Amino acid sequence: MNPANLLNNYEEAIAMVLFGIGFSNLLLQNNLIKKIIGLNIMDTAVYLFLALKGYIAGRKAPIVVNGVQSVEAYINPIPSGLVLTGIVVSVSVSALMLSLTIRLYRRYHTLNLDEISMRLQKEGL
Amino acid sequence: MELVQNFPFFSIILALFSGPLCSILGRRAARWVNTAVISAIGVMSLMVLAFTIRLGDSYVYRMGHFPAPWGNEIRVGQLEAWMAVFFCVVMLLSMLSGRRELEREVEESKQNLYYVMIGLLLSSLLALIYTNDMFTAYVFVEINTISACGLIMIRENGRTLEAAMRYMIMSLLGSGLLLMGICFLYDLTGHLLMSNIKEAVARLEASGEYRIPLLVTICLMSVGIAIKSALFPFHAWLPDAYGYSTLSSSAILSSLVSKGYIFLLVKIFYRVIGFDVIRESKVVNVLFVFGILGMILGSLFAIQENNIRRMIAYSSVAQIGYIYMGLGLGTLAGVIASLYHILSHAATKSLLFVAASGLTDVSDGRKDFWGLTGAGYRNRLAGIAFTVGSLSMVGIPAFSGFISKLLFAQAAYETSHKMILALVALALSTILNAIYFMKTVIRLYTPAWRAGLTVADARLTIRDQPLKSAMLVCFIVLNLILGLNSEPIVRLLLEGLERFA
Repeated sequence: MNPANLLNNYEEAIAMVLFGIGFSNLLLQNNLIKKIIGLNIMDTAVYLFLALKGYIAGRKAPIVVNGVQSVEAYINPIPSGLVLTGIVVSVSVSALMLSLTIRLYRRYHTLNLDEISMRLQKEGL
Repeated sequence: MELVQNFPFFSIILALFSGPLCSILGRRAARWVNTAVISAIGVMSLMVLAFTIRLGDSYVYRMGHFPAPWGNEIRVGQLEAWMAVFFCVVMLLSMLSGRRELEREVEESKQNLYYVMIGLLLSSLLALIYTNDMFTAYVFVEINTISACGLIMIRENGRTLEAAMRYMIMSLLGSGLLLMGICFLYDLTGHLLMSNIKEAVARLEASGEYRIPLLVTICLMSVGIAIKSALFPFHAWLPDAYGYSTLSSSAILSSLVSKGYIFLLVKIFYRVIGFDVIRESKVVNVLFVFGILGMILGSLFAIQENNIRRMIAYSSVAQIGYIYMGLGLGTLAGVIASLYHILSHAATKSLLFVAASGLTDVSDGRKDFWGLTGAGYRNRLAGIAFTVGSLSMVGIPAFSGFISKLLFAQAAYETSHKMILALVALALSTILNAIYFMKTVIRLYTPAWRAGLTVADARLTIRDQPLKSAMLVCFIVLNLILGLNSEPIVRLLLEGLERFA
C-alpha cells in the first residue's frame, strides 16, 4: 500500500469518500429528507467514479466533428452511457421515495422514521 | 434459428408492455389481460424449456445481432427456462387466489395500477433470469425494487407505507453496493457481458494482479444482493411488508421477489466470477454464518409472534437463511440444495399466505392466534392447506420442504469443516419450525367452544370461494409434485447448472 497512489488517484478517493458519506446518511439519518439526500450523494459518487474511469486525459467526447474518426481522439463512451442510465434509475427512485415521504408526512406530520414506527406501535393496527 | 429461441425475449417484452396496456384498459379487461399474459409467458417458457432440453445445451440470443463484446445478450439454458416456468406458475396462482382481497382492500381507481406493477415485476424477474449483461441486470434489479414497493403500498395504511419506506431504504443501500461492485468489475475487466468478464477474471486470477480490488468487488456484490433479499440482519422491513399488504402481494413478495435476486447471485457466482474464485475469496463463509444466524433467529422471532401473517413472514427470514447457508457451503451440492429450496419455499410460502387468509376470513378478520381458534373447522380446505404448508416447512416426508432439507443435509455432509455447524443449525431450526407451525395447527383444530371463544358462526365452504379453493388445491398439488417427484427436478437443476456457466 503506497500512500502516493492515493494522492495520484485522488479523484477516485474522493468518489469513495462521497459514497461512504451518502451510504451512511441513507442508513443512519432519522430524517427522511436527509436520507433521500444521502441516496443522491451515494448515486452521484458512483457516477463520478464511472465518469473518471471512462475519461482519458487529453481526449474529447466521442462526437464526430470535422471528420475526425480516429479512435485515439475520443474517450471511452461506455461509462458515459452507463452514467446516463444510472441517472434515469436514480431520478425515478428518488421520485418514489419523495412521494412516499409526502404520504407519510400527511398521515403522521413528522419526517422522523423512528417516531412514525412508535406511533404505529401505539395505533396497534 | 428457430422461432422458439426468440421466446425468452418475447416474454420479457410482453410482460413489460402488458403493464402500460393494463393502465388504459377497464378494470375487468386489465385483469383478464394480466392473467392471459402470465399464462402465455408460462406456456412460452415451457416451450423454451422443452427446446433447451432437446438441444442439450444453453444458447445465446444476441439482441439486435451485434457481436459479443459490444451487443447485449440473453442466455438461455434449461435452468433459466425452468425457473421462468416455475415463477410464472407461482405468480399466476398467487394472483388468482388473491383476486377477491385485491377488490376488497384496494381502492377501485388503483386496481389497474396493481396490474401495471405485476407486469413490470414479471418482466424484471424474467430479465434477471435470462440476461447475460451485468448492467442490464442492475437496471432490472431497480425495476424489480420499484414494482415490489408498489405492491407493498397499494393497500394504503400506516403500516404498509412505513414498510414500503423501510423496504426502499434497505433495497437502495443494497443496490448502491451492487452498482459500485459492477462499476469496479467493469474497471477491472473492461467488459459488461458476463461470459467476457469471466474470461478476464480468470486471466487476472492467473496473473495475480488486482487481488484486493477483485475481492472487494465480490464482497460488494454479494453483500448488496444479500441486503436486497432480506438476509438476517437486514430483515427489519419484511414482517410489516408481508404482514399487512394485500394477499397477492404477500404471496408474490415472499415467494418470488427475493428469489430473483438470489438467482442473480448464483449467476454472479457461476457465470461472472467463477465458482472457484468465489470459494477462494472466502466470501461464502460470511454468507454461511449469516445464513445460519437467520435460520435460528428468524424462527425464534416467529415463535414470539402473535399475528399469523407476521409469523409466516418471520418464517421467510429463516428460509432465506437456509438458502444462503446452502450457497455458503461452497459446494455444487449446496448450490443445488439452495436452488431446490427456492422452488420449495416459493410453493410453500405462497400456499401458507393464501391458507392463512382463508382462515382469517372465518374468524372475523382476526389474525391473532386466540381469534383463530377452531378456524380449521370453519374453513376446512384452508385448514388442510395450512397443515400441508406447515408440514412442508417443518420437513415431513412427502412434502417439498423435506427434500430441500435432505439436500441441505447431504450437501453439509460432503464438506469437512462446516458439517457440524450446518447439521446442528438444520436440526435446531427444524425443531423451532415445528414449535411454531405445530402450535398454530393445534390452535386451528382446537374447537372454539372449548377455548370459550365466541365467534360469529361464519363458515366457508368450497362453493363460497370457488377460485381461491381451486388455487389452494393447485398449491397443494404443486407442493406434492415437488415433494414426491423430486428426482427429475434435481437432475434438471444439476444439468442446468453444469451448462449455466
